Amino acid sequence: MRTRTKLILLIVLSIACISLYLFQGLNGSYDYALPRRTIKVLAMAITGVAIAYSTVIFQTITHNRILTPSVMGLDSLYMLVQTFIYYFFGSMSILVINKNYNFFISIIAMIVFALLLYRFLFKAGKRPIYFLLLVGIIMGTFLGSITTFLQVLIDPNEFTSLQNKMFASFNNVNGDLVWLAMIIITLSTIYGWRYIRELDVLSLGRDNAINLGVNYDKIVKSMLVLSAVLIATSTALVGPITFFGLIVANLSYQYFKTYKHSTLIVGASLMSLVALIGGQWVVERIFTFNTTLSVIINFIGGIYFIYLLLKESRA
Amino acid sequence: MIQVKEISKHFGKKPVVDKVSVNIQSGKITSFIGPNGAGKSTLLSMVSRLLDADTGEVLLDKSDVRKWKSDEFSKRVSILKQSNYMNVRLTIRELVSFGRFPYSKGRLNAEDTKMIDQAIEYMNLADIQDDYLDELSGGQRQRAFIAMVIAQDTEYILLDEPLNNLDMKHSVQIMKILRKLVEELGKTVVIVLHDINFASVYSDYIVALKNGRVIKDGPTHEIINSDALKEIYDMDIPIQEMNSCRICVYFNS
Repeated sequence: MRTRTKLILLIVLSIACISLYLFQGLNGSYDYALPRRTIKVLAMAITGVAIAYSTVIFQTITHNRILTPSVMGLDSLYMLVQTFIYYFFGSMSILVINKNYNFFISIIAMIVFALLLYRFLFKAGKRPIYFLLLVGIIMGTFLGSITTFLQVLIDPNEFTSLQNKMFASFNNVNGDLVWLAMIIITLSTIYGWRYIRELDVLSLGRDNAINLGVNYDKIVKSMLVLSAVLIATSTALVGPITFFGLIVANLSYQYFKTYKHSTLIVGASLMSLVALIGGQWVVERIFTFNTTLSVIINFIGGIYFIYLLLKESRA
Repeated sequence: MIQVKEISKHFGKKPVVDKVSVNIQSGKITSFIGPNGAGKSTLLSMVSRLLDADTGEVLLDKSDVRKWKSDEFSKRVSILKQSNYMNVRLTIRELVSFGRFPYSKGRLNAEDTKMIDQAIEYMNLADIQDDYLDELSGGQRQRAFIAMVIAQDTEYILLDEPLNNLDMKHSVQIMKILRKLVEELGKTVVIVLHDINFASVYSDYIVALKNGRVIKDGPTHEIINSDALKEIYDMDIPIQEMNSCRICVYFNS
């Protein structure tokens, strides 16, 4: 099958999922249900694109197909920020109830953290990218430990409400924030698209990329910042869900069997749409909210991850 | 012309390349030889800006390689390292097409396609150009990478131990192609070699390194003699002339 056919197939599938989610069981509720569903679809779409895009570029610059940008510790930082707010201000604080405040605090904390980390690391001179990953993992574990420590001390009732923050949820996203997130993610995507062909060359490895005239250091830096912005925005909007990126990125590699990032990223984004919107439809209309999408994603993602590990170890 | 001026590189406290100065002659094959750990590959990496020198400079057309624009430099100098691990699956043709990236930025035009065809033809890969790299033998893979460098169409071609893991037949094949590139297309080839006999038979100039310093350099016939080799390798190596090739018989010395 040609790449174009495969892409068209995915587009048709995404449109089918979106229409199913928007119109199934609507019963003529065009003023109430439809706008609310539309906001949710938009939230899922931009989250899906952000996660797929950031994971593919992150895997290309690290030359590793079982990593996700979450190794840089942004998810852990998000959880720490939330736990911190619950611990010191309580679940009734304005910082929790007002979704706008919460969104801005989370996104600014994550982006500032990422920029400081990169700045510090790149200032120390040229280091291999694995050094950066290692520092990311250590920071993530460190932040995670503080989070656990605070959670142990927290009031059990508060903890129950904090638990909702641990999993991504599309059930009560705020309309205004969706639009804002959409602007941030669209701008980032447009910025990143200029480097799409350089990314193809980066998959030949650092030395070959430099040989072919790619400004390696500059591209790696801008791609790291780009993936941090995408992850921070989607995490602040719906919660931690980066594990999901691993699935769609790898499915896209398997399905398209190409090195072209323009195809891989569009493909992975469309797969995200299908998985998130289709999955949410199943959760809402079939399981009638007895489970959450992120539980299903983590379950399927976990199985797929084990499959990938086994496959890679054989290769 | 490439001029290397007093460049040094330290890994930790250990100097790997220590104030090396070399001029690369245009239109010739220059071989870097020397014992393991002499700094040959490090030197080549610095010349090709894969690695930054701690001190000193490398000049291409009298301006520092670090001041060259990345893509302009890649139209003049190409480098092929010895290990080329990739996590994407490519066919030979796709790989060779990447050689045109400095010119076309990924959008191939008719001129690019012509160059790609020529490079594939040059390396005798036309029959297998749509095969995937991971299905090829070591020799075919190496030829595919050299075809990419040929498609890149640079004046200078730098190769880091291209004969590694190749059998005699493929080694000779690749050295003959390099010779052809110099003689027919006027390229300048700089090559790191382990087998001193390949250096002796195929190169015009030899630069011998030891402990990070240039210990000898000059035309091949000045380096391939027992006295010079003794200094480079600490071995007594008798030399036999055969069909006007000087062969170093080092196996039992």
